[in-house]
Amino acid sequence: MSFFDTYGERLIDAIQIHLFYVLSSVFIGFFIALILGILLSRIPQYAKIIMPLLSIFQTIPGIVFIGVLFLYLGMIPATVIIALAIYAIFPVLKNTYTGLLDVKPEYIEAAKGCGMSPIQTLLEVELPLATPSIITGLRMSTIYTVSWSVLAAMIGLGGLGEFIYIGIASNNNFLILLGAIPSAIMAIILSLLIDVLRRFAVPKGLRSLK
Amino acid sequence: MDISIILEHLYIVFMSVLFSLVVGLPLGILAYLNKPMRKIVLWVVEILQTIPALALLGLIMVVFGAGKVTVITGLVLYSLLPIVHNTFIGLENVDNGIKEAGKGMGLTKYDRLISVEIPLAFPMIFTGVRIATVTTIGVAVFATSVGGGGLGSVIYQGIRTQNMKLILFGTLALMVMAIFFDVLMIWINSRLVKRSSN
Repeated sequence: MSFFDTYGERLIDAIQIHLFYVLSSVFIGFFIALILGILLSRIPQYAKIIMPLLSIFQTIPGIVFIGVLFLYLGMIPATVIIALAIYAIFPVLKNTYTGLLDVKPEYIEAAKGCGMSPIQTLLEVELPLATPSIITGLRMSTIYTVSWSVLAAMIGLGGLGEFIYIGIASNNNFLILLGAIPSAIMAIILSLLIDVLRRFAVPKGLRSLK
Repeated sequence: MDISIILEHLYIVFMSVLFSLVVGLPLGILAYLNKPMRKIVLWVVEILQTIPALALLGLIMVVFGAGKVTVITGLVLYSLLPIVHNTFIGLENVDNGIKEAGKGMGLTKYDRLISVEIPLAFPMIFTGVRIATVTTIGVAVFATSVGGGGLGSVIYQGIRTQNMKLILFGTLALMVMAIFFDVLMIWINSRLVKRSSN
């Protein structure tokens, strides 16, 4: 097929770049969000004010983050990764925070009664119980990030968005599909992988309840 | 820079949410009533959401050409997920006792749906509409790539000409819009819930 001769190599390159943007920014975003979520759940009285403020930031479209960072940092991959990582933080942060707050007080009391320190309670009781919620957040972040990574091409940094932009500019359906289909498949595969991860991450004692 | 661009953006958002309600509500009801269709409907709307917005708009542009029709069609497809999902969940979560009571009073399946289940599911459906509205305000930024105008054109122009003021203006207008509709619709929903529980 002539299509693979013409685009095969470029497509594989684009998929790799796209995946690199997604994985690195979700990875960074996830850890920042996890730490922030834990910290916020320790101070619920302030978090009540901070969370709505953060959700206001969430209304800023990803394109603005990329655009503004582009003006300051220039055309480097870090621009895309930082912008997407910021965007990936919020769903995980929100789910970590609500997941931790939803842990029933009696479990925390029971942990205290067993003589666990606050850190032990967090690591061995609260976080495992909040895991399903945290992973749901991770799944949302990942799907969004695959979608927003298309914007990397807007500032000339490759990825699957390149095909889409060129396709739209030259009215070429085939190129649009060449960018759209792999990115949709990537989002679906990554979310399936996270679903599997979720099954393993749920504490054994809780699995039978589901 | 003037108000007409903001109005254009609002127009796109409003039309998209309206049409996705027209399409999404029956789909949600279908998913609720028809078990074999449920999986397909919920799966399709979820897949639609995973397609990058820009790609979806590009594909639709192939069919309808550049312009508002393309933008609105794309945004409708994109905001189906929250509406269909919430309609389905809302109907599913109506208390079984109430459904049984309806049956006991001799209401048919459709009578029950229209006069019992949909009214009770309404707050949940409305939440879906709210999520769709706020998301659409953000995604509508892409309208400009397929000739649909709106606030995205201001932001793109700002990025291209390295004009921080334009970017900030576009972004602030979007944020204010999203927050305004979010708060407004939460308020309307709480009034609805209060009235129906009295």
